Amino acid sequence: MNPTADAVEAPVVRVKNLNFFYGKFQGLKNVNLDLAQRQVTAFIGPSGCGKSTLLRTFNRMYDLYPGQRAEGEILFNGQNILAPSQDVNLLRARIGMVFQKPTPFPMTIYENVAFGVRLYESLSRAAMDERVQWALQRAALWDEVKDKLGQSGLSLSGGQQQRLCIARMVAVRPEVLLFDEPTSALDPISTAKIEELIAELKADYTIGIVTHNMQQAARISDFTAYMYLGELIEFGRTEEIFIKPKKRATEDYITGRFG
Amino acid sequence: MTTALYRRRRWVNRVGLGLSAASMAVGLAALAWILWTLFASGLSALSWEFFTASTPAPGSEGGGLANAIVGSLMMVGVTTLVSTPIGILAGIHLAEFGRHSKFGAVTRFVTDVMLSAPSIVIGLFVYAVAVATVRQFSGWAGSLALCLIAIPVVVRTTENMLNLVPGSLREAAFALGMPRWRVSLSVTLRAVRGGVVTGVLLAVARIVGETAPLLFTALSNQFFSTDMARPMANLPVVIYQFAMSPYENWQKLAWGGAALIALVVLAINVVTRVAFRDRAGAR
Repeated sequence: MNPTADAVEAPVVRVKNLNFFYGKFQGLKNVNLDLAQRQVTAFIGPSGCGKSTLLRTFNRMYDLYPGQRAEGEILFNGQNILAPSQDVNLLRARIGMVFQKPTPFPMTIYENVAFGVRLYESLSRAAMDERVQWALQRAALWDEVKDKLGQSGLSLSGGQQQRLCIARMVAVRPEVLLFDEPTSALDPISTAKIEELIAELKADYTIGIVTHNMQQAARISDFTAYMYLGELIEFGRTEEIFIKPKKRATEDYITGRFG
Repeated sequence: MTTALYRRRRWVNRVGLGLSAASMAVGLAALAWILWTLFASGLSALSWEFFTASTPAPGSEGGGLANAIVGSLMMVGVTTLVSTPIGILAGIHLAEFGRHSKFGAVTRFVTDVMLSAPSIVIGLFVYAVAVATVRQFSGWAGSLALCLIAIPVVVRTTENMLNLVPGSLREAAFALGMPRWRVSLSVTLRAVRGGVVTGVLLAVARIVGETAPLLFTALSNQFFSTDMARPMANLPVVIYQFAMSPYENWQKLAWGGAALIALVVLAINVVTRVAFRDRAGAR
């Protein structure tokens, strides 16, 4: 039995009967949910509940590790991305991901952004300059780095590095943006900037975010999925989940009585 | 009671510190003694003639080690050119592709065995396959033997360095849709390039002084020669021969050669340490 949100409109990603295994251990149990187009969906739940695991099935990150496998279907624009015929590199170019710790590549700020673009498009110098500027602007980082594009990406502060990673992801022009606890390693001011950014990006992208911070989920998401022990306990509009959850377990977690 | 316990702890602490300081002193003293003896007898031999004249014939005056220096440079140079790409690529394979594979595990094991193989065994092996078969000692055979010593060093340092790269950086690169070979070359290897260069330089430092592998392969040559297909003079073997000789000028040259090698190895170590102090493996 799985809870379903009352009809998510225009789902970009549809998860159907998804089971996930780390070897013999089952990390996800029969999960069903949809990511609505140009909306933010937050995944909450205690550590080990499977929320990151779920996020990492959307771009098949688990493929890197032998012994991990997913069963079921994940439809991205109607196509099952779990099918063996799916080209994972093309998939990851269309479904970008930002991680918990900022991960700038050991190269210049400019190169960090241009690198991913070069994998799929051969742009002229001017067009690339334009794309890099555009991506950095989208990530609200342009004004801070426009005079030092030649410096190492590692020279930036933690919050700036995280925005650089967002710029890098956006530069490849994906449709879906995945954030795996993007602010848990950042200070409150950097966190606020990232949150504002996600709110802006929502206008153009479908967004999924894993967070340990309940207030963050309440602030920035349109839909919330509460997970526990690999199961999707409740999924619905964020207001409903936070104001009048249908299940006792969800309410206990959100009000801090558990977890 | 607490004070007695505390006093005992302080005493144990002092004994421990004292013992570790003493062991460090023993190690350092040995090194200082070696360097002192070497430089006291060797530095005075380093003259203009030392670097320009070739090894003297028995009984003749003066002479230098020019042929041995050039021979060593050539063989070490060839070895570096060959073993650097092979070692780095193999290290990348082990760290990025063969982490869980049987082939990777076997390669890693063999590399570890090669790392600790006595160098004279490697010298004899190359003698058997590359000298005895063609009945010709040669610089090429010498380089081959040195490669067998240098490659495992480069492989293991490269692999160890790459293993220090956080998995999150690797995942971030994959998350952009980057193919695996691209991730390895452009992101992870780049993140540890300082450490990898250090590994290569340390491998060079290691082979510069190797004697046994060259004794049966490059042999030596009392004349100046840059022909890698012929026997080739080289510092370690010349030092070995001259140090054992009855001629005083030969012994002097052996001291000079030993001091020169020690200086080169010292310089390589210092340079790598200073140049890559902050970058090696750091991220």
